Formats: sequence, C-alpha cells, structure tokens
Amino acid sequence: MQSLYLLIPISLIFIAVAIRIFFWAVNSGQYDDLDSEGERILFDQEDSLDDLINEQKDDLDKPL
Amino acid sequence: MTTSTAANQSCYHCGLEVPQHSDFSLVIKGIRRAMCCPGCAAVAATIFENGLQQFYKFRSAPSTQVVSSSAFEAQENPYANWDLSEIQQDYISETDQRLLSIRLYIGNITCAACTWLIEQHLGKLPGIDRIAINGTTRRGEIIWTPETISLSEILQAIKQIGYDPSPINHDSSLSPATNESRKLLLRLGVAGLAMMQTGMVAIALYAGSFQGMQAEWQNLLRLISVLFVTPVVFYSAQPFFISAWRSLKMRHLVMDVPVALAITLAYSASLWATLRGGGEVYFDSITMFSFFLLLGRFAEQRIRDKNLLLLNRGTLLPPVATQVFLQEDFPQTKADLQVPIKTLSAGDFIRVNAGQIIPCDGLIKEGVSQVSEALLTGESRALTKQAGEPVYGGTVNGANPLLIEVGATGEASCLSSIVKLAERAALDKPHWAMLADRLAGYFIAALLIVAGAVATYWWLHEPQRALWITLSVLVVTCPCALSLATPAALTVASNLLRARGFLINRMHVLETLAAIDHVVFDKTGTLTEGDLKRVSVKISDTSHDISEQQIIVWAASLERGSQHPIALALHDSNGSGSATAIAVSEQRFVTGSGVSGKIGAEMFYLGRPAWVRDMAGLPEISGSGPSEGPNQSIEVGLARSGEWLATIYFADQLRPTALAAINQLRQLGLKVSLLSGDPSPGAAQIIKPLGLSDCQLSLQPEQKLAAVRDLQQRGKRVLMVGDGINDVPVLQAADVSVALGRASDLSQIHADVTLLSGDLRALPEAIATATQTRRIIKQNISWAIAYNLVALPLAAAGYVPPWAAAIGMSGSSLLVMVNALRLATRATKLLGWKRSNGSRLMQSL
Repeated sequence: MQSLYLLIPISLIFIAVAIRIFFWAVNSGQYDDLDSEGERILFDQEDSLDDLINEQKDDLDKPL
Repeated sequence: MTTSTAANQSCYHCGLEVPQHSDFSLVIKGIRRAMCCPGCAAVAATIFENGLQQFYKFRSAPSTQVVSSSAFEAQENPYANWDLSEIQQDYISETDQRLLSIRLYIGNITCAACTWLIEQHLGKLPGIDRIAINGTTRRGEIIWTPETISLSEILQAIKQIGYDPSPINHDSSLSPATNESRKLLLRLGVAGLAMMQTGMVAIALYAGSFQGMQAEWQNLLRLISVLFVTPVVFYSAQPFFISAWRSLKMRHLVMDVPVALAITLAYSASLWATLRGGGEVYFDSITMFSFFLLLGRFAEQRIRDKNLLLLNRGTLLPPVATQVFLQEDFPQTKADLQVPIKTLSAGDFIRVNAGQIIPCDGLIKEGVSQVSEALLTGESRALTKQAGEPVYGGTVNGANPLLIEVGATGEASCLSSIVKLAERAALDKPHWAMLADRLAGYFIAALLIVAGAVATYWWLHEPQRALWITLSVLVVTCPCALSLATPAALTVASNLLRARGFLINRMHVLETLAAIDHVVFDKTGTLTEGDLKRVSVKISDTSHDISEQQIIVWAASLERGSQHPIALALHDSNGSGSATAIAVSEQRFVTGSGVSGKIGAEMFYLGRPAWVRDMAGLPEISGSGPSEGPNQSIEVGLARSGEWLATIYFADQLRPTALAAINQLRQLGLKVSLLSGDPSPGAAQIIKPLGLSDCQLSLQPEQKLAAVRDLQQRGKRVLMVGDGINDVPVLQAADVSVALGRASDLSQIHADVTLLSGDLRALPEAIATATQTRRIIKQNISWAIAYNLVALPLAAAGYVPPWAAAIGMSGSSLLVMVNALRLATRATKLLGWKRSNGSRLMQSL
C-alpha cells in the first residue's frame, strides 16, 4: 500500500500535464473549427502524392 | 460543341443545370467541361491556372453559382474604395511587425475544400503573411504587408475564385462570443477531468467504508479529492457563483442560487470533515453536479454562438459616397472625390450612379431616374424621381446618375426612424420567457424555504445530522433536471431545424411556435421570388426568321449597364450577357419609357410598347392589350427602325415551395393570410393559385402593424413572415417573426428566425417540431417535478444520504437528456413523411 505515496503523485503530474495541454489547445483555437480542420490533412497529402506521381512520370519520360 | 449544349448537363463548377443554347464551356487539360455562365467559367479557369484543381476532387458540396463575370472583366478593381484610409481605420488593425490584419466574412464557402482553396490561392500572392480561415464560421483573418499588396487586391483575389469577401468591423460582436465559448469549454474540460479522478478515488473510498479502511489511507484519498475538487469549485463553477450573486443583488431568484448554495455547503462540509478526519465527504457529487450543469450551459452557448456567426456578415459595400464640389456657377463641377459616408453633412452634394444605393436622405438637384424604394415601402416597381423630389437612404438608384443634396444622415434619416419604430414595437412584445423566469423564481424561493425549515427542524432535534440532511434536500431537489429539461429539448430541436435552414435567433421561439394559430405572409419576396423573370417571347410575324436567342441577345445588349429590374431579368436569361453581348453605340436610356441604341448601323428600340412604336415610326395597333401575354406580366417591345421585332413578357413568380408550404400549414390547422404593402394589382394575380381567402393589399407599415395587433387582441398567436425593412415593425410585433435569408440585414437582426434556405416548407416543419418539443419538455418537467415530490419528503425525513441524492439527481438529469434526444429520431421520421408529402403536392402543381 505504501506504493500509493508514489503512484498518486505520478498520476497527479499526468493530470496536470493533461490540463496544461488542454488549455494550450483550446487557447490556440484548435476547438474553434471542428469541421474543416479534419479534412485539411487530406489535401496536403494528396498534393505530395500528385507531385510523386508527376516525378515518376518525369522519370519514365527520361531516356534510359 | 455538340455535347456541351446538350440538355440537362450540369455546370462543372456550381452543379446547376446548364441553360440551353448557351456555351460557356471550357477546355481544361484536354477535357471539355460544361459551364453554366461566364462567371463559373472564369472562376474555374482561375482555379486551374493556379494548379488548385484538387479543389474539385475534394469538395463535399457544390460551389455557389457565380453568374456575373464583371469582377474579372472590369478594368478597375471593384474593391478599390476599401483602400481609402478613413474607411480602413474601422476594419484594419496593425500587428507588432508593422503588418496589417483584417477579419473577413467570406460568403459562398460551402465545405472544407473551400477554405483550402482560398488559403492556397491567397498564399501564392506576394506580401501575404498569414491566412487563417474557419470554414464553419465562414470567417478568416488575413495578415499582409501593406507595402507589397493592397487590401483591394486581396479582396479581388478572393472574388476571382468565386467567393464574396466582406470586411468585419472592429466593434462587431464576434470576438467576445468566441472568447466566452472557449472559456466555458476550459471550465467544462477541467470539471470533466476532475470528475473522472474524484470518481476513481470515490470508488476506493466507498469500498473502504464498506470493507473497512485505515484512517491513514482514508485521509490520503480525501486529501487527493480536495486537490481535484478545489479547482472545480473555484474555477469551473465560477459562472454559477457569479450568476447567483448577481441574481441576489437584483432580488430575482434564478436556478443558480440553489446550485451555488449546494456547491458551497457540500464543499465546505466535506472539507471540514476531511480536515477534522471524520464524518462524510461528497467530493464526487460536487464534481459530477458541476460537470452536468456545465455541459448543459455549453450546449446552449454553442447554439447561440453558431446563430450569431451565421447572422453577422460584415460589410459588403464600403460606406463611401462620391462627393461633388460645386462652384459658384452651379452646376459646373470641380473634381469628384470618394469620401466615407460618415464625413458627409447636410448641404453637401453627392453623385449616385445607376445601380448604387443612395447613402442618405436628400433632394435631387439634377437628373431624372428610376428609384427603387422596395427596401422602405415594399413596392417592387421603381418610381420615377426628378429634380426637386426627395430620395431616402437605403433606396436604390436604378437608371441614371443623380446629383443629390444631402438632407439628413445617420440618426435623422428615414431608415433610422423605421429602426426606431421597430424598437418601440419590441417593447410590447409578449415575453413568455420572462413569465417562465418568474415562475422559476417562485419555485426556487419555495425550495430554499423548505430547505431552511428542514435545517431548523433537524438542528433542534438532531444537530449532528442537520447539515447532511439539509444538503440531501438541496441536492435532491436541485432543479438540475428541471433546468436541463427545457434547454436540452430546445437544443436538440434547434439543431434539427438549423439543418433545414431555419435559424432560431431567440430562445423563446420554439415555445411560442407550438402555440401559433395564425400565419401572416408578406407578399413581396416571401411568397414570390421577388425578381422579374422573363416568361415568354412573342416574335412578330414579319420577323419569324429571327431566333428567340437573337432577340434576347439584342435586348440584353441594349440594356447593358442598366440595373433596372427588366435589364437584370434580361441579363439573367442571357447568362449574364457579357459573353454574347454585342457592342451598342449611342445607347440612350429614357426614364419611364425604354432604351435606344445602335447595333451595327441600325437603330434599335426596347421599352414600353407604345413608346417603341412611336420611336420606330410604326403605326399604333389597336386592340393589342396586355391580354395577349401570359397573366400579369409586364410587356416590353423590341423594334428596329421601321420593323417590329418582338414582345417580351416579364413577371414575378411564386416560390416553388409556396403552395406546398401553405397546404401543409392548413393541414396543421392554421389560418393563413396575406398582408402586402405592394399596391400593384399584379400581386393578387400571382398568388391566386394559393387560394388564400384573407388578402389585404397596399398596406402601409402602420396598417400592417395594426392588423397584426388586431389579430392578437382577438386571442390569436401570430407568426409573421417578412423580408423588407418596412416589415421590421410588424415583425417585432408578431409573436414569432421569420425573415427570409435574402432579406435586408436589418430585418434579419430584428426577426426571431432567419429562414436561410428560402424553402417555405420549413415553416410547417418547424411548427410540427415545436409541438413535439413542447410535448417532450412537458414530459421532462413532469418527470422532474414528480421525482422532486417523491424525493423531497424522503430526504427531509433523513432517509436519503447525500451520495444517494447525488446519484438520484444525476440519474434524473440523464433521463431528461435521453428523452430530449428522442426528439431527434422522432422528428426525422416526422419530417421525412412531411417532405415526401410535400413533393407529392409539388407534382400536383
């Protein structure tokens, strides 16, 4: 049972960190727009995919 | 070419049907894409030129039709006036690094891909430092270097990809609302985390009290709980304390008073027990209680914020006027200057060009024009105004430039007095919400008295149990379920209705809607589309070899540059005209008659048939009455020198959903009537298919107000649907008022509801939903009261320990929430039925 004296403070630290991150996230506006942010990652990824395909095409076009 | 003009093709950009006989299509990467209008074509071209075509792959909703391509053709930037420094100071703020920042409302954003497109497109411009666009609120902030790029260029760049930017004034109510909801989210988050932690600790403590536990461990766990609960009480629950204190100061009891009292009592008693090392602690109940209450608050706040954001749309036009400086020998003029409206004063002279809004009241000094006063009087037809006649702020100059002497601006203008009339009407509005508040006040007073009596009784008989029993009474009777009963149901219902474009601005709406028994429509723009549309073209027998398309192109070209309703209808039917328009020389507008101009070498005349015959040197034809054309249309003739070409008919049209909506309203047992300010006899004809028995036409705003008051005095609850500024007073007086989405900003702000979709069928749906909501609220309140009636005597008698009271309270709240959610599923079923019913009605039309 003595381990409680160690485990409880550790859990307290975790909670403090969680609250800290939560405050940071809310205050930097991450909860302001829940709809469009979720899709934003799709565009960027596709962007690089397109580039990749184009690069490969360029490679194919090059004379061997 | 063959495929692009085929019927039923939809526009690649906006998804609307491509009009027949038009070809604006665009070859993109070797594929021909159909386009409905030059505007969409120009936007799509810009998007592809900038390599942003992924937008079309990822958007989840079709874009808005662009129609006009004037923004792309015009030599001068349409946003140029935004570069005036006097205008900018109300909109722009400077950042630390000497950069400028502005907040914009961006119209036409339909999905997440739109925000991506705008950010990518603007990001490529030089001088743009940062862009952040919120797709949900349609708002964005842009930071730029003023030396590299001007505000007008940024706005034009947004316009070029098909969006409508409008700057947001500094003192708009946006930012405080965002801050408030962020703060509430933080409080909720803290309460939630603390609730989980204290809940875990509480399990250990309860287990300990059943199985036995050393005092050492019990004290440790209690101290840990104190650590978690203290921020909940002092931070998360702060709004309850503030509101309770305010209500005590104002001597008006609200639900927050017993809430604050219960939290204070439970916290101090538990803290005392912890420090003294005995007794009972109820930390878990405190956190759970706070969390559930905050959750209800948060849901309410979100709805309010969302509605506020949808309504507040920034300034579309910069508030500027062209000031004219007159010299001694009137009317010779010095250089004209663009000045902000707020610097104008009585006696100044301004020039208002065709199509511009007249910025203030005044007298015409020079010029004759058609002025549309639809905004003030609701009359759709433009009036002919000439030198010496008064004009009013907010009206639109239709045909020719006018020189106006400024009479009254701001507060003293006609527009402001209508606003004042509206504010007066708002004062005598029946306030059900206030009544409910007063009842709640009595309920809470009774509750506190009972708690006080219980406390005194036990203090006299068993002082050591008095505190905990009083606490149990407070928690058990806590109006938590009662206070959740109404907002929970209202939240679900208003979310549901918002999805149908029925935007509720005042919380009392749903309660009052259920009691409505009379619906009053305003004709202009509510039952009808509000614009003239070309109905048909009758080509004269002598010129049958000319195509209808050719006639329209000629007519639209002649009317080019005019903002007259007929000109607008012609531009519309010609796919906004610019692409196919032919050059016209010697174009001359004759107010009240028509327009003449040279196409090629021939003189063309378009306008009132009699005038056109006269000008073209044709003999008067007897017996050519208006009966020739379709019902209630306006006739316009087109002729070239010596030859009558065609007659074109225009008419306002019923909204496609009007008949279905009115039939559904009747099915719900409501009376429907019409109070119109429109004096034209055409109004009566157009609405004839609706079969309304109770119609009153040519009413002044005061008469409409009197008519609605009269209905109310006969015990009717009136729902008013309107759109113009002249409707504002009567909107205020009605029990529930609905403004259509295209309505003037002023009437939108003053109406209880904004119908964004313009689909009138949302009205019967809303009333049905409101009736459902009222039933659910009644169930919820009866449950909450019944629970209190059973629990109160038990708690007062000391049979309910505080932990059981807290569980009972939470369970009761949960039940109320679940019952409210039931509304969503049930209403969807109901609305599904209504919609199919509606489409059947549409087919029979």
